[in-house]
Order: sequence, then C-alpha cells, then structure tokens
Amino acid sequence: MPGGDRVLIAVLLAFGVALAAPVIVRVAGDRSGWVLALLPAGITAYLLSHGSRVAAGESIVERVAWVSALDIHLSMRLDGLSLVFALMIAGIGTAIVIYAGGYLRGDRQLPRFYLLLLAFMAAMLGVVLSDNLISLFVFWELTSITSYFLVGYKHEDETSRKSALQALLVTAGGGLAMLAGFLILGLVGGTFEISELLSDPEAIRGHEAYLAILLLVGLGALTKSAQWPFHFWLPNAMAAPTPVSAYLHSATMVKAGVYLLARLSPALGGTPAWFWLLTLAGAATMLAAGSLALLQRDSKRLLAYSTLIALGTLVMLIGVGTPGAISAMIVFLVGHALYKAPLFMVAGSVDHEAGSRDVTALRGLGRVMPITWITALVAGLSAGGLPPLFGFVAKELAYEGLFENPLLLGALIAASAVMVLIVYLVAWRPFAGREIHAPSAPHEAPLSMWLGPALLAAGGAVLGFAPWLIGDSLMVPAAAAVLGELHPFRLYLWHGFTLALGLSAVTVALGVVLVWRWRPVHDALRSRTLGWTFGPVGGYDALMAGLVRFAAWQTRVLQSDDLRHHMTIILGFTVALTGLTATFRGELAFDLRHEAGYFYEYIVLVLVGAAAISALRAHSRLVAITSLGVAGFGIAIVFVFFAAPDLAITQFLVETLIVIIVALVLIRLPRGSLRETSNGSVRAIAGTIAVAGGALFTVLTLAVTALPFDASLTTFFEAESYPAAQGRNIVNVILVDFRAIDTLGEITVLAVAASGAYALLRRSFGRRRDDVDTEDRSDRVHVERGGGA
Amino acid sequence: MNSLILRSATQLLLTILLLFSFFLMLRGHDLPGGGFIGGLVAAAAVALYAIAFGYRAAQAMLRISPRALVGWGLLAAVASGFLALLQGQAFLTGQWWIVELGGGAELKLSSPLLFDIGVYLVVVGTILTMLFALEER
Amino acid sequence: METPLALTVGVLFACGLYLVMQRNLLRFVFGLLLLSGSVNLLIFTVGRLTRGAPAFVPSELSTPPGDVSNALPQALILTAIVIGFGLVVFAMILLLRTYERLGTVKTEELSAHLEAPRPVPMRHDDEAPA
Repeated sequence: MPGGDRVLIAVLLAFGVALAAPVIVRVAGDRSGWVLALLPAGITAYLLSHGSRVAAGESIVERVAWVSALDIHLSMRLDGLSLVFALMIAGIGTAIVIYAGGYLRGDRQLPRFYLLLLAFMAAMLGVVLSDNLISLFVFWELTSITSYFLVGYKHEDETSRKSALQALLVTAGGGLAMLAGFLILGLVGGTFEISELLSDPEAIRGHEAYLAILLLVGLGALTKSAQWPFHFWLPNAMAAPTPVSAYLHSATMVKAGVYLLARLSPALGGTPAWFWLLTLAGAATMLAAGSLALLQRDSKRLLAYSTLIALGTLVMLIGVGTPGAISAMIVFLVGHALYKAPLFMVAGSVDHEAGSRDVTALRGLGRVMPITWITALVAGLSAGGLPPLFGFVAKELAYEGLFENPLLLGALIAASAVMVLIVYLVAWRPFAGREIHAPSAPHEAPLSMWLGPALLAAGGAVLGFAPWLIGDSLMVPAAAAVLGELHPFRLYLWHGFTLALGLSAVTVALGVVLVWRWRPVHDALRSRTLGWTFGPVGGYDALMAGLVRFAAWQTRVLQSDDLRHHMTIILGFTVALTGLTATFRGELAFDLRHEAGYFYEYIVLVLVGAAAISALRAHSRLVAITSLGVAGFGIAIVFVFFAAPDLAITQFLVETLIVIIVALVLIRLPRGSLRETSNGSVRAIAGTIAVAGGALFTVLTLAVTALPFDASLTTFFEAESYPAAQGRNIVNVILVDFRAIDTLGEITVLAVAASGAYALLRRSFGRRRDDVDTEDRSDRVHVERGGGA
Repeated sequence: MNSLILRSATQLLLTILLLFSFFLMLRGHDLPGGGFIGGLVAAAAVALYAIAFGYRAAQAMLRISPRALVGWGLLAAVASGFLALLQGQAFLTGQWWIVELGGGAELKLSSPLLFDIGVYLVVVGTILTMLFALEER
Repeated sequence: METPLALTVGVLFACGLYLVMQRNLLRFVFGLLLLSGSVNLLIFTVGRLTRGAPAFVPSELSTPPGDVSNALPQALILTAIVIGFGLVVFAMILLLRTYERLGTVKTEELSAHLEAPRPVPMRHDDEAPA
C-alpha cells in the first residue's frame, strides 16, 4: 500500500512520546499540557487525512511480522470502524491532555501521570487499529494495566488503591477469558488475522466451539465495557483524577468492549445466542445503572452511571444487529463521546474551582463560572437527547433501531429519562440560582480547563445542526465495517413528526417527573439501602474475601510455620502418591528365593533394626545417641560382610566423628527429655506415615532386586579400571577418575556446608565483640540460660 | 580434658594417625582408602588432639586455618581437571607421569592423585571448620 | 539375604520418617541420620550382594577375576555417607543457633516467633453511599 507502515508508526510514536513525557514535563513545566497535546492533535490530523480514502470504502492494511511462527503479527487495519474509534481516542485525547495540564497543575506526580496517560492512549490506539487477535490482546491488557495505575493515581488513598485493584481484577480477569476465546477462535478459523477471520464467518458460526468462543470473548468485552453484572468497577473507578475518568472511563477504555463486539460481529453476530447475550447484558446494565443512579449525589458517580447507561445502550444495539441498530450504535457512540467527556471535565472543573462534587452542596455557580456553565448546558442538552444537538439525532436513531424490539425500546426510554435527571443534577442544579453555595470561593476555570470541553460541546452542537458533516464520511463506512456490507443512511436533525419524536417527548416528560420528585425519592432510597451488601458488588466482595480466606486457610494448613506439620504433609503425600503409583501402575514382581545368609549376618541386621527402634523410643539423649551409633556401626559391618571395605571404613569414621560433634552440640543445649508431648492422633498419623513409608521401601527394595540386573556400567568400570586409569581400587577409581566431576560437585557441597556452618556460628560471635546491639544481648541471655539449665 | 594418659597417648597417636591418613589417601587408588577416608582419619586425629589439649592448641598445632584447607582442596581438585585441558583432553581426564627411580622402583604421579589430595583437604577442612566453630562457642 | 536387608531398610526408614515428624528438632536430626543410613543400605542392596570379593584388581591381573562386589553403588554411597555427615552436622549447628537465638528447639514454639499470615479484611467504596 502507498504510505508505508505509518499507522503502526503512529502507535509506536505515541508509546515513544509517552516514555519521553516525564522529560518533556520537566522541561515544559506548566505548559506541558499544551506541548504534549501536539501528539494526539497530530495523530488526529493524520487520521483525518485518511478520511476520504476510508470513506471511499478502502481499508488501509499494514502487517509487520512479529512472531511469525505463531501467526502473530503487528497488523494494523484502518477501516471505517477503526477510524471512528481512533479519532475519538486521539481527538478527545487532545482535549484531555490540555485539560489535565490545568487540572493537575503543580502536582509533583505530573510526569508520571502523563507517561501513563499517553501510554494508555497509545495502547488504546493499538486496540482499535490491530488486525491481529494476539496483538489486540496485548494492547488490550496494556490499557487495563495503565488504567490500574491511573485509577490508583492517588496511591496514598486506600479507596483509590482498592478501586484500582478492583478495576484491574475485573477487566484483566475478563481479558484472560478473552484470550482463551481468541485462541479457540484462531484455531477454529485457522488464523489470528481479524480481517481473514471476518471473511469466512460461516466457518466460525457453524463450528461446535462457537458458543465457547462467544462466551469467552463476550466475557472480555462485557467486563471491559462494565456491563451488568460486572458494572460495579466503573463507578468505583471514579477515584481516579477527573481527566482519567473523562478519558478512560467514559470516552475510550470502556468502549473497547463495544469496539471488540462491533469488530467481531460479522463473524460472531447474527445468532440467537449473540442476540440474547448482548441485549440482556445491555438492557440489564441500563436498568441497573438507571436505578442505582437515583442513589447518587456525587457528580462524577452520577456521570459514571450515565456512562453505564450509554454502554448498555451500545451493547444492546450491537446485539440487535440490524442495519438500523448498528447505524444508531455508531452515531450514539460518537454523540456520547462528544457530550460525556465535556460533562466529566465540567464536573472536574467545578470540583477544582468550587471544592465539591456533591450536587446538593452547590448552587449558583453559573454567575462566576459562565463559560463552564454554557459548556455544561450544551453538552447536557446533548446528553439529555434534546434538539438541536447531536445527542438528539443519536437518540432518535437508537429509538428507530429498536422499533422491532419493544421491550428493549422501553428499557432505553426509561434509562434515557434517568439521563435527563442526571443532566439536570450535573449541568443545571449546581449552576442555577442567585445565591452562591460552595465549600470554597468559586471562580472561572482557566483556559486550559474550559477550552477542551467547550470545543467538544461545540462539536456536538455543530453536528446537531449539520449531522451530514460526518454522515457519509465517517458514520456510514463505520457501520459498513460492522455490518460487513454497505447500508447507506442519512442523518437529519429534523425527521418530521415521527414515532421517535413522540417517544423523545415522552422521555423528556418522564425525565421532568424524575427531576421534580428527585429529592424525596433520593432520600428515601438512600436511607433504605445503606446496608447494601447483595448483588454483584457483594459477589465481588465475597469472592475476594473468600480468596483471601482460602489462601490463608491453605497457608495455615499446608504451609504451617510448624516444621512438624510441614514434614507430615510432605511425607504423607509423598508416601501416599508413591505407594499408590507402585500399587496400581508399578507392575511390581517379587522373587523371594534369595540365597540364605549366615547366622551372624542376621544378628547384625536385627541389631541395626533394634538400635533404630531404640533411638526412636529413647527419652534420654545419651540412649538415643548410643542407639544411633550402634545402628551406624551395624551398617558399617554390613558393608564389611558384603565386600565393601571402603564403605565400611568411611562409615566407621563418620560415626565416630558424628558422636564427637553431636556431643559438642548437646552440651550447649538444655538438658531435657526427648519425650514427646504430642497427643495420640498426631502420633498415630506420624506412625501411620512412617510404617507405610518403611513398608514401601522394603517392597521397593525387594521389587528392584527381583528385576534382571544390568551390569553394563559395572562391567565397564571393572574392565577399564586398571588398563585405562591405572587403579586397582575400582571404587576409588570411579570417585577420582571416571566420575570425578560428580566428586568435584560433592566436595563443593561440603565446602559450602563448611562455609555455612562457619558463618552461622561465627557471625554473632564477631559482632558480640564489636558492637553489642540488643539482638546480641538477647543472644547472650539465651546462651547463659542454656549453659545454666 | 585433663587426663595424662590421654595426653601422652594423643601426642604419639596424632603423628601416627596423620601419617596413616596420608598413607591411606595415597594408597587409595589401589587398596582401601582414598581422599575421603584419609580426610576423615586426619579429622578424627585432630579432633582427638582437640579433646585432649583444647581446640586452641589444636588450631595452633595445625598452623593453617581449616577454611584455608577447604579452599586449597577445592583449588587442587579443580586444577587437576585443568591439567587435562592443557593436553587438549576433556576436563578431569586422568593424566599420568611415571618417574623411574632406579632399581625397578617407580613413582606414579597423576592428576587423579592431585584430585584425591584435593578431596582429602576439603574433607579435613570441612570437618575441622565445623568442629572449631562449635568449640569456640 | 536380600529379604532381611530389605526389612532392615524398611525399619530404618520408618524410624527415620517418624523422627523427622516430631516436635523436638534434636529428634528431627536423629531422623535425618537414620534416613541417610536407610537409603545408603537400600542402594547397596539393589546393587546386588557379593560376599568376600571386594572390587579390586589383583596386582598380577589387569581386570578383576570372576565376580567381585559392585563398585558403582559403593562409589555413590561413599560420597553419600560423607555428604550425609555434612548435612547432619550442618543441621546440628543450625539447631544450636536456633536455640541460642530463640531459646527453644520445639517446632511449635519456634513458629510462635514467626508472624503468621492473617487474612486482610477487604473493604472498599461500593454502590451503597457511605
């Protein structure tokens, strides 16, 4: 294609600028917002320059091999749908970057903030431009991670951290399900390239794994777009600074799920399962958000619930999937972005300049914040779906798109009425009135904080009068990308006296009733639902608490601090698993017709066994050590019987040295009985494991001796010991020549043990002489107690 | 331990045991013995000396720190392996130099012998390091 | 002769296992010692038994005459004995240091010196107004 890999370069450039942002912020100081806004502004201009080609039905495709062996490519595809989303991301991003410069002016963490915000923007562009499922997933998770850091921006605040974690767990958890869905989808379709998958939808829809793909991918999309019952993370994410809420949690990230559903709808859509999954999730989200919004008086949370309503509407429209519904979805998407981001920024400005987000605590701000108020009103009228704004055009289309589904239409009308209420609470109530009520002396927001929202709101107004400006150039190609075929439609502000207009009037009337009865309803609901613990949030809480409890439980049970429990569990499992394997899969055979031994050999063996049992039962340390010594010497004698002189000598010497060393340690330990105070059941468990383990070892020994003996190695050593290695003691030749590297390893282990023992004993010793700290004093107390006991 | 018999016997035994340990180590290639056994015998001899005269006397008698013995031992073992590299053979391949001493006697020098000396030193050094560290407390 | 040896291996192993599951760390170390002996004896036994013919090449021959004892397991066991010895001594020293620091050699009393993990209560701002 002409133009090279420029789309990919745009994304990578955004990542590069994000990385450089901290430096740029340090240089640019208070002007950082304006400087950094050049990046999204440039990307917007670049995208617009491709508008005519995309409008002509062309899609710009680029592919850079990444992990070609796994069919993973950094493929980029700019078609109608991608273009609309990318323009939203870059365009609104421009306003947000400027706004954040004013909102977070003087914040010490501003470098970090811009790094994360721009990295998010780059990742989000990657999501909507990727033409490969795997690279889409990578960008998708990057948005979750950057969102996590941005929601938790005020990391000293516990609520912020908890909300950030909640958002991450819900969206990244869904992301994992989505990855599984992508992998199945890739295997079923034979490729991870999205455009290739979409070209053969029947192969996917007809496959037996279709339902699994739909549910897994759907889980990713629905969690990301905060659909019921995963909606709760979005209002909590309002703990983020307002620019983040306006950008990530209304205009872009939460739309990633909508994007994915729209993108894959040619391949996955059009089935009853698709229809029911999406329409039910969307309708439930709208209704749940609409009713929960009645409880709120915090402007940002109110807006968050209105975002949920919009997201529910979008998902529902994709689920319906008719050309009318899809066209309405695209228009609604743009309309929502144009009014919701300014409303958020306005709420942030009010919070910033008047000191509160409680809509009941603010009055009369319009007198001192006129530009902000006008912006709020224009955006608010659009949000409320009133003419002559773009939001009205969008809502009329949405109503028309749902004519075939009256129940869904009813749900949308109800939710839209709540939108009217939210607009009243956020854009009218705090500003209207003659007297000013605010926690701090309010004043107009600075240029950086009103310019972006005002421009976006103005965009909504202009498009309201002249929706044809973007109709054929952006909306129709985007809808065509979702539908898989071109369905031209025209956008009008005035449709004439239609059913949709009548429904709009009904909506506004309902909204006015809500506004009129808001206070009593709100107060009554708040007093009743203070103890809200059920529902999806309760489920999330229960799940998280359960996870922590389970982790604590298994740590307590399996990884107790008590060495004895540890040993019991490890040995118990080892013996049980080895025993079961030997019993059921070992195919053990025995041949007990061994050569009989001499009388004295039996006596020695009995002695060894008796000494071991005596060591086990001994209450006195002296008896225990003596018994162990007898067992050790007995083993040495066994080595003598069976012609292993080197082993016998070694064993004798080691036993001698052990007695010396054990004695040296014991005189430093308190005297006391070895008697255990364990209760009967503990002893029974240990005894059972021990007896089973011993029996297992006996059985295994017998089973191995019954196998034919492979003497090839031994024969080689015997044959080569003298001719090749000039040694007559074959054992020693093996140690120092044939297998010298093993021995080297073993003496290294000894050296390490010596160093360890020396360090253990010597460290405190050296310190005691030099600097006596409290720890060492306590050391000495214990030594004295040990000595005196 | 204050026992005249033990002390007198130990002074005699120490020399004999140390010599014996070295002998065990050297002859190990052909008869029972070797670095491990020799090292254990030497360590036992020094332990006996420490019991009789105290660990400070044992340390003084030894002159060299047991930890240094561990280091020298490892060095000797690794060095014996590099001898083969000099001959262009794989690490730790046995190398032999037979020195004729006249009268039919011969001295067999070899890299496995150097390796075994290394093992001997590591074993002695390890046990004595632990023993002295314990005694010092 | 393999059967009585196998039984001895079993008895040693059982006693060792029982001891390493005890409260007193001293008994734990004793258990290690028995386990080490048991495993050495096991390797020795499964390498087959030969009486009276050690693995040597007589001075007049260049290979051992007839059946001699299996040298390979012996070489393995020889280092295992020494390593096992090092392990037991190291464990004893660790035990001594533990006692000096914490004043006990009982496993459950040692665990009292550690901070046990506790479940952290999860609370956050949910949909109910606070």
